[in-house]
Amino acid sequence: MSILVIAEHDNFSLKAATLNTVAAAAKINASLASEIHVLVAGVACGAVASQAAAVAGVTKVLVADAAHYADQTAENLAALIHAHAPGYTHVLAPATSNGKNTLPRVAALLDVAQISDIISVLDADTFVRPIYAGNALATVKSADSVKVITVRTTGFDPVPATGGQAAIEAMSAGPDLGQSKLLARELSKSARPELAAAKIIVSGGRGMGSGENYHTVLEPLADKLGAAMGASRAAVDAGFVPNDYQVGQTGKIVAPQLYIAIGISGAIQHLAGMKESKVIVAINKDPDAPIFQVADYGLVADLFQAVPELVAAL
Amino acid sequence: MKILVPVKRVIDYNIKVRVKADNTGVDLANVKMAMNPFDEIAVEEALRIKEAGIATEVVAVSCGVTACQETLRTAMALGADRGILVETDVELQPLAVAKLLKTIATNEAPKLIILGKQAIDDDANQTGQMLAALLGWPQATFASKVVVDAAAGKVAVTREVDGGLETLELTLPAIVTTDLRLNEPRYATLPNIMKAKKKPLDVVKPETLGVDVTPRLTTLKVNEPAPRAAGIKVADVAELIHKLKTEAKVIS
Repeated sequence: MSILVIAEHDNFSLKAATLNTVAAAAKINASLASEIHVLVAGVACGAVASQAAAVAGVTKVLVADAAHYADQTAENLAALIHAHAPGYTHVLAPATSNGKNTLPRVAALLDVAQISDIISVLDADTFVRPIYAGNALATVKSADSVKVITVRTTGFDPVPATGGQAAIEAMSAGPDLGQSKLLARELSKSARPELAAAKIIVSGGRGMGSGENYHTVLEPLADKLGAAMGASRAAVDAGFVPNDYQVGQTGKIVAPQLYIAIGISGAIQHLAGMKESKVIVAINKDPDAPIFQVADYGLVADLFQAVPELVAAL
Repeated sequence: MKILVPVKRVIDYNIKVRVKADNTGVDLANVKMAMNPFDEIAVEEALRIKEAGIATEVVAVSCGVTACQETLRTAMALGADRGILVETDVELQPLAVAKLLKTIATNEAPKLIILGKQAIDDDANQTGQMLAALLGWPQATFASKVVVDAAAGKVAVTREVDGGLETLELTLPAIVTTDLRLNEPRYATLPNIMKAKKKPLDVVKPETLGVDVTPRLTTLKVNEPAPRAAGIKVADVAELIHKLKTEAKVIS
């Protein structure tokens, strides 16, 4: 019996979230001493399989290569994982939009509970997960024969992407259920690092005042630091930036080395998405803004002066 | 065409939750409860589809304690035609709720089931996907736009995914789960709140539906997260940069 990790990928490259998920699998495996396998389901995804085989700690990579896995639709993917799950004690996926979409479907097909968004592994059956938007942490124990788990990537340091020499094995694809079809995909194009994987994040809130200000003021800082750009829900709701910039309970959960919150008051729902960051800097003109309660370094200042000054001094 | 909308009674989203002193859970005594915000969006979307003349009936379902009747009355005050309560005092986990909803869906035969993407208490984000699996229906989670083509038996759903948006076309019957930007829910008016009291509300028990709702996960304890150590205020940009370079060592 082994542990199965579902690879996050775009048919071309393995996404970093997979490395955090393998790290969680390795923690579970500490008491089991079994094997960690990675499933890559996609189309023409040989490069992804090779990358997965190089991940430290992975012993086998299973590849299901078929056109109907190209778009990672939940119906086909869940059926495939379900068909292969019986040989495994644990099935893990990162708590990305793909993982969250597909894995509960797998759990229901297996008639087992899913343990969502784990941030810590206590033993092979016991996990810690945030509830109430991270305002409480629940320690839960599963009695199911197969544990189906999504992993909050910020809870686990990634394993190295190299050093492994796993065997790559082709597996037969399941049938195409033909229930859903991708019509369009509009992904934000950006030369900046991905928000969820960035080491530094520059994030703007309602205090930016407008979408134009958001870009003209924050972009030079993000450029200088090689940072990803994020936003609070208030900034998204005000239409400054699209929703995929959103950091918070209802957006992305991030934990970079450095999080710079600019013109963000620090609503609970925003803090839920970034308070695990290693170092938090807040720049806000309101000295009573709640963001200062979680900031390691707070600067009470007008952002329209402080940020350009910061850019000039870096 | 009929739309089923499951709704959950949860702690009001404005309330700051407190962990109980004995670490068995979160203190819900004398705390304001309300409909899960994502479910309000689900109700609103179902009503808009009905108002567009595409759906003929919107049925709200809730699973849980007797007080969930209030949540169903709220859904009916917003415009749902009737309510079904699956009443139990047992702690319900997502798989159990999905099984209960499956039996309701089998009886009611809706073409569309719209759910909130997650409840703000357990943050599980599972029930819609599990229900889709149990029914063998297609799913579109995290919806920001829903366009039903009843004649063609299809629904096009734009989803909020990592890095942007994608649009899926599903064959009906199907499951949709709502994200925040799908719509802005209406408020119930007083006349509608009064009218809702007269709308039909059926109460059934899990045993009658033949569903075993025994929890699969045991919560061993619930803790407050460790608070962040208090930081400092810096006087100016120069001090900030100095601290980031020499103390935090996060920039060079």
